[in-house]
Amino acid sequence: MLSRTAADLYWLSRYFERAENTARMLDVAWNLSLIPFAVNAREEIAAPLVISGSGALYEQCHGEVRIDRVLHFFTLDENNPGSIFHCLRDARENAHAVRGKITAEMWESVNSTWLELREIRELGVDGYGVSEFFDWVKNRSHLFRGATYGTSMRNDAFRFLRLGTFIERADNTARILDVRHLSGAPAGDTAVDFYRWHALLRSVGAYEAYREIHSETINAERVAELLILRPEVPRSLRSCVQQLCELLPAIEGDAGQTAKRLAAVQFARLQYGDLGHIVDTGLHEYLTDFLRRINELADTIREEYLEVV
Amino acid sequence: MRSLSLPEVSGYDEMIQPGGKVRDSYKGYHRWLLGQARDNLVRKRKEAELQFHRVGITFNVYGEENGTERLIPFDALPRVIPARDWRHLEAGAIQRVRALNHFLHDIYHDQAIVRDGRIPAEQIFGNSQYQPCMQDVDLPNQVYSQVSGVDLIRDGEGTWYVLEDNLRTPSGVSYMIENRRMMMRLFPELFAHQSVAPVEHYPSLLLETLQEDSGVAYPTVVLLTPGRFNSAYFEHAFLAQQMGIELVEGADLFVKDGFVYMRTTAGPQRVDVIYRRIDDDYLDPLAFRPDSMLGVPGLLSVYRQGNVVLANAVGTGVGDDKSIYPYVPEMIRFYLDEEPILSNVPTWQCRDPKALDHVLAHLPELVVKEVHGAGGYGMLVGPAASQAEIAAFRDRLKARPDNYIAQPTLSLSTCPIFVDEGIAPRHIDLRPFVLSGKESRLVPGGLTRVAMNAGSLVVNSSQGGGTKDTWVLEDGSC
Repeated sequence: MLSRTAADLYWLSRYFERAENTARMLDVAWNLSLIPFAVNAREEIAAPLVISGSGALYEQCHGEVRIDRVLHFFTLDENNPGSIFHCLRDARENAHAVRGKITAEMWESVNSTWLELREIRELGVDGYGVSEFFDWVKNRSHLFRGATYGTSMRNDAFRFLRLGTFIERADNTARILDVRHLSGAPAGDTAVDFYRWHALLRSVGAYEAYREIHSETINAERVAELLILRPEVPRSLRSCVQQLCELLPAIEGDAGQTAKRLAAVQFARLQYGDLGHIVDTGLHEYLTDFLRRINELADTIREEYLEVV
Repeated sequence: MRSLSLPEVSGYDEMIQPGGKVRDSYKGYHRWLLGQARDNLVRKRKEAELQFHRVGITFNVYGEENGTERLIPFDALPRVIPARDWRHLEAGAIQRVRALNHFLHDIYHDQAIVRDGRIPAEQIFGNSQYQPCMQDVDLPNQVYSQVSGVDLIRDGEGTWYVLEDNLRTPSGVSYMIENRRMMMRLFPELFAHQSVAPVEHYPSLLLETLQEDSGVAYPTVVLLTPGRFNSAYFEHAFLAQQMGIELVEGADLFVKDGFVYMRTTAGPQRVDVIYRRIDDDYLDPLAFRPDSMLGVPGLLSVYRQGNVVLANAVGTGVGDDKSIYPYVPEMIRFYLDEEPILSNVPTWQCRDPKALDHVLAHLPELVVKEVHGAGGYGMLVGPAASQAEIAAFRDRLKARPDNYIAQPTLSLSTCPIFVDEGIAPRHIDLRPFVLSGKESRLVPGGLTRVAMNAGSLVVNSSQGGGTKDTWVLEDGSC
């Protein structure tokens, strides 16, 4: 496969995944900020800025942290390269460049997403409905994933699409967990804890999974275990890295030796990791180290497959 | 849509005879049309538009900042060509392209046609499209134009003429295929009762043609596009996908040790045939425009060594130039020893002082075109122009007469289209695509372009023209 094509496919699914995760993260922040008694609304609404690392850009564009501005910043703001608008536009640009490599149904799902988003922009997120908008983003992402799974050939195009998804998802899950853990750590108030962990689980769609696996009250360590080590949870770090580890060797040709090794090492760390070790290391330190490693892997994939000189 | 009754027509209409009777070729369609509810047709038109937007069959327009992607208007009323007429057109188009390929081979080798005095030397060697670097380069099968678009029109009497030849990077074939798909989706019952000749195998014929030109047993074929901002990018992506080949940009290719390679995720891969949709000037910054970012440095030297095939060849532009067009009938006689099956439109070459005098005296009646122009830019349609426009054009013409040719304003044939009020006639043309490899191939049909505005004669998509499905109907199935 052409390196440029592989890069476009990879970024197409990364941007779409990022849009979905941004919607998930905001949905939770929005809901929490509406619960007056339990939590500090301002802190909740600032959390997405911390998670995405875009606090400085926000301050420069909008100044004071206010819920309507933060919402706008992450949804339709063209100045924010991480906004849902930006991600879906970039995803569509990438898809346009490779429309010959994806099925008609995949292209149509990306293109109609973009066309609908342009209409939504006319209304504004408030006019469309805030929760409705986040649901819409998630549904469009589900649709694209469904079209990909249901119609794409299992070839390198599919593999680069999936690589983009799991690199992005691993990064996003780790960030969400890190920030929620930091802000949630000292509370000790059961009601607040409940809302926080409940919100975190919901934002990654893992609330039902938690209930299925644990009947006890939600606590930080069990949530961390679920989202880091559990192979059954599709957004856990282990699930994401396992996918990367299976995808890379399946790509045709002998390129990517370093990427394959990094993925395999990281997978072993998760597969044979245990909660005690993570707690001893400190969750924040553990996740910081994970983010460094996953980004190293992403850089290596770029050098070995996507931007070959 | 208020009424489905047939409009009055003047001139030659493809569907309706003078006096209002429906032509034989449209009888089946008309029967069906009479059974349609108006609401249903309105709904189908909307569905088609929505579908084209969703699929993203769009057309980029240069110089428009916001609407860089525009939909080409699609009309759901098909243009029907009876099979016996088609056989005539097919033979004529193939004959013409064969002669043009002979001509291109000749002028880049022995130049017999010049030595024989059939075409003035300066018309060829002074032409900006003539590429001296192609002298004595031997091409497989001696084919220069593998993909040729032959633009055909009919005059008020229904006589067919060749309006121009397109031998560089003719586009539009994707619309031919997508229009057919759309019609089959909207009105499947129409195809159940009439035997419309298929066109959807065009991409496989194209791939066969491209492969035939390579000496390699299993050649790697790629399509080279200027990129996603090009007006025909949709078509490039469409054809690459349909043929199952890579769609590459210049930066994806590189030259090493006398061969062309593409950068892939599994390392460099050799490329044997390039179906390029980039003009000569931009192909190779080392040989042509040094500022081109679209091409591949060193490509021409590989090409001249015969280690890669380009389709179409470098230097075909001299064959489809409007100043060469008047000589095509002569080429057919000279190279093939045949009489032309299809006629040229009578043409005045303004470089000839007598012709110029005639043209200047009759500007309001004539169509004047730039010799190297394309896409409907830089032309004057006398009968539709204001006095001021004619005066301005007269100055330009006098300043550079050799830059222009003139033709009578033919009243192009019409074909009805659906409009808000009902059905109305609009002017049309036809571009069939001739494929030349070891043999000549073309699918029965082509791209019918429509001037969507009443009375307009300009069908180019860059000027607001639309398209419709083109049916070649077997006799007896009407």
